[in-house]
Amino acid sequence: MSYVANTAAQREAMLATCGAPNLEVLFADIPRELKPRASRLPPGKSEQEVLAAMTALASQNYSHLTNFVGGGFYDHFIPAAVDAIAGRSEFYTAYTPYQPELSQGTLQAIYEYQSAMCRLTDMEVSNASLYDGGTALYEACQMAIRATQRPKIIVDGGVNPIYRQMLYCYTANLSIDFHEVPVSHGQSDRERVFDALDSTTAAVVLQNPNFFGVIDDHTDIAQRCHAMGILAIQSVYPIALALLKSPGETGIDIATGEGQSLGLPLSFGGPYLGFMATSKNLVRKMPGRLVGRTVDNRGRQGFVLTLQAREQHIRREKAMSNICTNEALCALRAHAYLSLMGKQGLKEVASLCLNKAHYAKERLKAIPEVKVMESSPTFNEFTVRLPIDAAEAAGKMIELGIAPGFPLGRYYPDMDNYLLVAVTEKRTKYEIGAFAETLEHVLTTG
Amino acid sequence: MEIIFKKSVQDRKGVSLPALDVPTMISVEKKYGRTRDADLCELSELDVVRHFTALSRCNFGVDTNFYPLGSCTMKYNPKVCEKIAQLEGFCSLHPLLPQLRRGGMLTQGALAVLYELERVLCEISGMDAFTLQPMAGAHGELTGMMLVAAYHRDRGNVRTEVLIPDEAHGTNPSSAAIAGYRVRSVPTNRETGVIDLAVLETMIGPQTAAIMMTNPNTLGIFNSQIGKIAECAHRHDALLYYDGANLNAVVGKFRPGDADFDVVHINLHKTFGTPHGGGGPGAGPVGVKKKLEEFLPISRIVKRPDNTYSLNYGYPKSIGYIAPFYGNFGVCLKAYAYILLLGHDGLAEVSDNAVLNANYVMARLKRSFDVPFDRTCMHECVISAARQAKNGVNALDIAKRLIDLGFHPPTVYFPLIVKEALMIEPTETESKETLDAFVAAMEAIAVEARENPSLLHDSPVSTPVGRLDEVKAARDMDFAFA
Repeated sequence: MSYVANTAAQREAMLATCGAPNLEVLFADIPRELKPRASRLPPGKSEQEVLAAMTALASQNYSHLTNFVGGGFYDHFIPAAVDAIAGRSEFYTAYTPYQPELSQGTLQAIYEYQSAMCRLTDMEVSNASLYDGGTALYEACQMAIRATQRPKIIVDGGVNPIYRQMLYCYTANLSIDFHEVPVSHGQSDRERVFDALDSTTAAVVLQNPNFFGVIDDHTDIAQRCHAMGILAIQSVYPIALALLKSPGETGIDIATGEGQSLGLPLSFGGPYLGFMATSKNLVRKMPGRLVGRTVDNRGRQGFVLTLQAREQHIRREKAMSNICTNEALCALRAHAYLSLMGKQGLKEVASLCLNKAHYAKERLKAIPEVKVMESSPTFNEFTVRLPIDAAEAAGKMIELGIAPGFPLGRYYPDMDNYLLVAVTEKRTKYEIGAFAETLEHVLTTG
Repeated sequence: MEIIFKKSVQDRKGVSLPALDVPTMISVEKKYGRTRDADLCELSELDVVRHFTALSRCNFGVDTNFYPLGSCTMKYNPKVCEKIAQLEGFCSLHPLLPQLRRGGMLTQGALAVLYELERVLCEISGMDAFTLQPMAGAHGELTGMMLVAAYHRDRGNVRTEVLIPDEAHGTNPSSAAIAGYRVRSVPTNRETGVIDLAVLETMIGPQTAAIMMTNPNTLGIFNSQIGKIAECAHRHDALLYYDGANLNAVVGKFRPGDADFDVVHINLHKTFGTPHGGGGPGAGPVGVKKKLEEFLPISRIVKRPDNTYSLNYGYPKSIGYIAPFYGNFGVCLKAYAYILLLGHDGLAEVSDNAVLNANYVMARLKRSFDVPFDRTCMHECVISAARQAKNGVNALDIAKRLIDLGFHPPTVYFPLIVKEALMIEPTETESKETLDAFVAAMEAIAVEARENPSLLHDSPVSTPVGRLDEVKAARDMDFAFA
């Protein structure tokens, strides 16, 4: 099935119009010696067969586990209306809105998304999206280096280790000096962060809640940064922002994060949504698409891509970033999600997460073998120390239908016995209870 | 249309959430809490659905209109692929599951899709190994340039420059620059529409890290000298990079790997029919030859002797982590399903019909418009409105008039090296009837350009808004509704 419409008779007529005796002559520029040998790909299949094969593959995945795994990527409920809205093919079969008159739907949706993200973060300007939370953080570092003309970045140890690895990967060929500061009692270590700041520092990279689920107030760090001409970058969890001090209130210069929690399925790692918000005085250094509100030739409100002189299709090698295709449909989903949740709904979701996680903590604390790390407050994710290797315990729990969290030994060599547990609004009291009972069973029966 | 925030009514709700079922009622400590609620909408579900439905009706998409946007390959996106990406077993799968001990066994279906997609992309492109991690074409380019850098670093080569034809997409020079390279632009021969080997020979040297090429290029012309260009690059130990943006023209007819390209990226949303989403998500898998395989990003997916799949991180020379996980999995799924649907026979029909459709449109438009490179084209043709410009009607006016006649315009003013360029890419899924209607519209516009230019200057009039004040947008900097 190739979805081609033209019939053989139509092709003949079209070839005649082109003055071409056959299709092969249209490909005459490809040297004969480069014509490929017979393909090893199988022949095409029917829709029915492909759907059956893919359904069989889907059923091999353990998507039915009761999920307490987070690590920056969360199992939140998605209202059906989000899928219905994003499923409008006028949205999903469109290209980047280069012709604004016939793309007002996409453009207004992006403008409204930018507005919603500004309201959530209390920042002045949000871009139209980046690939994911990790690349957004990397772009924020590049932006800070451009803005300050300084080479050094301080990275808080509470920043998602997946993102830290990405930062170091992208900059391996560039002269950027990263300096990592481990957390203290789960929170940013003020003393050591302040010690690390100097006149060559471009930015400090923070995360709230951090990878361990710990919440913090980074206002003091932002203030210290500003006194030294340093930018404060904070990666945030958008659901938590319904309750937590926002980047704007904290004095953050560039807020970034992963927008997956805003109505995007986990989908085995993507597509996700990187977001970035900043202040207007930094907007010309910001990467990515940006939609602005304006008027048309008759004075009516309309929307266009703007400040494009930052971008690759205008500025080529001098662009702020090489990003072109971003995650527009994911941003649209996030905007639909936030619109449905609304002011009250998002707070309720965040509060459900907070309370259910707190209940899970209480249940796990009651198990004598388990030590819940409690030196600092958390949002919906927290760390527990087990008497055995957490990966081993997790393996046994999975056999019993529960994915109990993420064993930290994977990223922290000295934390083999630690498990990072996430609880969203989707987990019921019953499931949390079953989790605690199963864990106790696993730990006591060995 | 009214901004959604203006429709908000205090205390209205769009969702119902389950009641708190646990016996705790805590709140965030004041010190850590926000002082003021985030001022989000307060709307009913119907309000929200109606708002977005109305917005969607202000858009052209492939499903509503012919969309010959050059370089963007706006072909039909099969519906079954959407359905497959929404299967519960795929879309609710947590990406950290396979990173648990023996966790690979929990995600065998997903890993199989990724592994098998890598294999079919190798077969289609003639490369030896793939990574599916890059999340868009430009991300693939950056990844490719990072692989180039890793290769030269490993060999102790000090390379500072990347050579790129002047007709290339802006992402090419931008990606090379962000990877740390200086970019030099190779001029296109104005007669042949491709770069000259002789010119390339004068520019390449011990400083050259790579040559980035799009073939067929953005003028829709295949560079037949590709074998000699590869030989020239390799003589200087420079790598040859293939931008797969135009692979749709040659899929099944040409494999960049056979022409000695070292690194390629493929835009899954172009050649393999995944929807573009109004600006993403895309996917830009990168393929390499054996000599670069050890540098590919981790994790990598491997098939074990017992035919199960797992993630492998043991590649000490890898460039590391360019994505949080395994790429835009949902997009990869759709592309894999698309390749299964088409098979080798269907893919050959793709390039046959994409190229035939483009040549047909060009042949029919020659009478009314200038054709700067009057020769067989591949999947897209570039025409020029230079003739019409003499009468005060430029490419943009033609584009805007097309909107009123029910067509998405071609790409305009690109490639940069053609004056008043209109770059038309019909794609293979469009029928002769649609192309005939488009040609008729273009011919009518050519007449209007002579007889009634003001009609074109005032276009479009059928859309929710007319031409927009872009200067005001840049000056006002209204990026968020206050």
